[in-house]
Amino acid sequence: MFAVPMTKRLILAAFCALATLQASPSQAQQATEIRLTYSNGQFQPSQVSAPADKPILFRVKNLDAKAMEFESTSLRVEKVVAAGTEGVINVRALKAGRYEFYDDFNDKARGALTVQ
Amino acid sequence: MLAALIIVFREVFEAGLIVGIVLAVTGSVPHRNRWIGGGVLAGALAACIVAAFTGALSQLFAGMGQELFNAAILGVAVVMLTWHNVWMAHHGREMAGELRQIGQAVAEGSKSLLALAVVVGVAVLREGSEVALFLYGVAAANGGSGLSLAIGGFIGLALGAGVCLLTYFGLMRIPPRALFATTTVLITLLAAGMATQAVAFLERANWLTSLDTVVWDTGWLLPETGIAGRTLHTLIGYTDQPTEMQLVVYIAVLLVTFLLMRLTGSQAPNRAVAVG
Repeated sequence: MFAVPMTKRLILAAFCALATLQASPSQAQQATEIRLTYSNGQFQPSQVSAPADKPILFRVKNLDAKAMEFESTSLRVEKVVAAGTEGVINVRALKAGRYEFYDDFNDKARGALTVQ
Repeated sequence: MLAALIIVFREVFEAGLIVGIVLAVTGSVPHRNRWIGGGVLAGALAACIVAAFTGALSQLFAGMGQELFNAAILGVAVVMLTWHNVWMAHHGREMAGELRQIGQAVAEGSKSLLALAVVVGVAVLREGSEVALFLYGVAAANGGSGLSLAIGGFIGLALGAGVCLLTYFGLMRIPPRALFATTTVLITLLAAGMATQAVAFLERANWLTSLDTVVWDTGWLLPETGIAGRTLHTLIGYTDQPTEMQLVVYIAVLLVTFLLMRLTGSQAPNRAVAVG
């Protein structure tokens, strides 16, 4: 009977150990910071650019009275930004190209990131 | 109204699938409705609380509170699902063979039910908090069109419940003998998929930076946002751009589940001979 929790605990412990080994805060190169505001259901600016092969940090400030969700399939990003707050979104280093983002709660709010 | 319907349905869809599977898994366990219903209610309640404090939650851990919170509750769900599978491997056969006193079986069955109720709660919580935020925003913003949006939202919710019932009755069509094996596989894949989602959240928070190279991109073939991609995403953890770490964790969860089930399954005394 006790074998089950014991094995589980051991495996959990192993996982935790592995996790601490792996989970070191990123000491990668400086991220490109992109600031966006969201008001009246629109991104400002809606077209942004960043250099390739460098991580990117989005700061999205939601000035509207309702929550929005900053989302992008190609950027693998999905983040709820509550009304009147700022959301911080990490994006890994990207290849050159065009990456669209949008508000998942509002079809009309769209924008794109151009990486070159 | 249609937009609200789609947004809400998209969120509820995943929870509906998971609740449907859990209902099928617990098909014959007494009092299961109480447990699963409790899980849904607790999840919905927690979703409202999380929605109300989204702003504060986001500010934790240098703006990465949401990501870490999601990773943590997904981690809990993975442990619960795995534990359920291992527990079933150990006791399921005995219970099915009616070798136990009914009272004892119920008492032990409820332990496993608690684990699954937690899983249901987590699924509802994750999807529900976005629905709550969206509907709250709608209600707060405007009165007139707010009503029609709210109606759309509730139709979306009802459709989500429909997905749940479809999943459940679909699985119940499987003959009882095959059902156990089917749900075991489903639960294992569900757990592995949730683990990779947890990894994705840790990667977004920059807490997990090793092995973060994307292995393949099948977005052109089966986009994760489409209905098929979304279903597979929930059921087996399909991602159109998986990282190496996600694949490693996926395989690790499958292996650990398999090993633990073998280990505990064979320990059961008087193991019933395979039904011939």
